[in-house]
Amino acid sequence: MIELSLHILDVAQNSIRAKAKNLAINIEEQLSNDSYQIEFIDDGSGMSGEQLKKVTDPFFTTRKTRKVGLGIPLLKHTAEQTGGRFEIKSELGKGTRLTASLGLSHIDRPVLGDIAGTLMILANNEFSTEIKYHHKTENGTYIFDTEEIKKSLEDVPLSNPEIQLYLKEMIKENLEQIQISE
Amino acid sequence: MTKIKSLADLKKLKDEVQSKIKLREKGDHPENLVQIKVSMATCGIASGAKETMNYFIETLDNQGVDALVTQTGCMGYCYAEPTIELTIPGKEPVIYGFVDKVKAQEIIDKHVIKNELVDGIIPVNYKTIDD
Ligand SMILES: Nc1ncnc2c1ncn2[C@@H]1O[C@H](COP(=O)(O)OP(=O)(O)O)[C@@H](O)[C@H]1O
Ligand SMILES: [Mg+2]
Repeated sequence: MIELSLHILDVAQNSIRAKAKNLAINIEEQLSNDSYQIEFIDDGSGMSGEQLKKVTDPFFTTRKTRKVGLGIPLLKHTAEQTGGRFEIKSELGKGTRLTASLGLSHIDRPVLGDIAGTLMILANNEFSTEIKYHHKTENGTYIFDTEEIKKSLEDVPLSNPEIQLYLKEMIKENLEQIQISE
Repeated sequence: MTKIKSLADLKKLKDEVQSKIKLREKGDHPENLVQIKVSMATCGIASGAKETMNYFIETLDNQGVDALVTQTGCMGYCYAEPTIELTIPGKEPVIYGFVDKVKAQEIIDKHVIKNELVDGIIPVNYKTIDD
């Protein structure tokens, strides 16, 4: 994946497909220990110990349409390639927490890229999973919360193109204020 | 310095959009809209499905076509990503493969607007996308 925002789009789909009511995506940029951490926390179906053992294996998937699952192995690879680490914890019936730490200044770390576009797609997911994006750096924190947005929108759908365009700009402008690295 | 966009301004925009929606006779009932589902699993994303989806949303809006563009899971045609499912109101859904921006524009111009089929349809005896 050429951008972290694409990894995020992909990995977040697992939580949506696991029927999570809430998915938190937390990014933390830390200059002090040169880390770029991405965390996914969901309250979806979770995985058994057996499933969890296999999840970083590219041949494991529960989907029936295709025989290999690549999303998680790809993110794990990116984390490890940049001198970081990767961890996934899950409990059946409770949810899943996945943490990928990347080397912030590592030359192979992809840029975050179009996270606003990713968030718009995720926000319009088919199972109404609420997305809470939390981006923290030494300059401050930005939170994008679909539950809060939907409240402000009342009966206007988030899928409306004008609304989407506005929200994308809003996310970009706010992130520009705090992002340390691209 | 220009002010950063905020939730407070979103409410103003919401009011505008709301009155526009009310003016439109058909409303936003999905069955009256052109519907496009973009397959957004790993292979789709890696092949540019996100760009394709953004292109459809922006172009259809600019051309004034009422459409609902959404993402969906893996449709099982990894070899032909990005793939989309297009449903014209009252018609059976059609699946297109290898939909980059150029193909997307062709689909809009011909299929969506003139109701002519375009090359690149994936033939399937298929009901609905079931991830
Ligand atoms: N957050 C999650 N909750 C429940 N199951 C998950 C989660 N993430 C991954 N899985 C399981 O791990 C499998 C592999 O995931 P992934 O590597 O993303 O490939 P894919 O999504 O293409 O199957 C999924 O099919 C699913 O069964
Ligand atoms: Mg996946």
